[in-house]
Amino acid sequence: MNKLEFLEALRARISGLPKDDIDERLSFYGEMIDDRIEDGKSEDEAINEIGTPDEVASQIVASTPLSKIVKEKIKPKRQIKAWEIVLLVLGSPIWLSILVAVLAVVLSLYVVIWSVAISLWAVFTSLAVSAPAVLVVGFVALFTGQYASGTIAFATALLAGGLAILLFFGCLETIKGILKLTKMLILSIKKCLVKRKDVTQ
Amino acid sequence: MDIQLKRGILDVCVLAAIKDEDSYGYKIIKDVKPYIELSESTLYTILKRLESAKLLTVYSCEHDGRLRKYYRITKAGLSRIETFKEEWREVMSIYKFITKEDANE
Repeated sequence: MNKLEFLEALRARISGLPKDDIDERLSFYGEMIDDRIEDGKSEDEAINEIGTPDEVASQIVASTPLSKIVKEKIKPKRQIKAWEIVLLVLGSPIWLSILVAVLAVVLSLYVVIWSVAISLWAVFTSLAVSAPAVLVVGFVALFTGQYASGTIAFATALLAGGLAILLFFGCLETIKGILKLTKMLILSIKKCLVKRKDVTQ
Repeated sequence: MDIQLKRGILDVCVLAAIKDEDSYGYKIIKDVKPYIELSESTLYTILKRLESAKLLTVYSCEHDGRLRKYYRITKAGLSRIETFKEEWREVMSIYKFITKEDANE
């Protein structure tokens, strides 16, 4: 891959960014390749050091805020004709409701993921609260001579406490996992939005 | 290294690389490389951030028949380096205190 091919491949992967940003990025990476060649490296080596177009594009997209990408995406590329506006307005009961439905489904799927985490925390909380409470009950039972139920209460308290401790770390990992998943989701949405349609990933 | 810490240090490293004379992208990377890992895209983001914070200025200059971007440090950029040095003097004295505790164990 030579410099021009590299820059062209990169352009295709970030073509959804504002034009000024694309030009600035491309001239930055172009300069980086030229300077490496001037430093005595071959064109291939220079490009290899910078990374593949996919890697570079991922880094660029990750450091660009989603709001900027969306803003650029919905900006009309040309003058919208009057009849197009009329069609858009007349058709709005159909496309608007479909759009809202799709967004709602996506949002609810995401909420479902979080609700798993919330329910895990709820179980943890109930175990953590009930463990000391049952412990107290066990003590009271033992002192009042109800040895059998006292022992059972003790065992239950220990069991609940142990489960709570285990679950605590499980909950933490779950939240970490969800946050990681969120980051990945946002990055892939951004990548989809900025790449040209002919780029396969 | 902690991400926030690394970010702050990288900013100052880039400023230090252009402190004595104006420099360009690849030279900054080469100068900083022996001390800390710095990729092209990270450098781009840092340069943008420093430029918008007015810690450096950018100008283009013809070199070998092509345009190359040069970065020049501003007064604010220089005082940023000084602030960093002050802060780290404190950090170093804390470090001495911590490692002294280690030696006593």
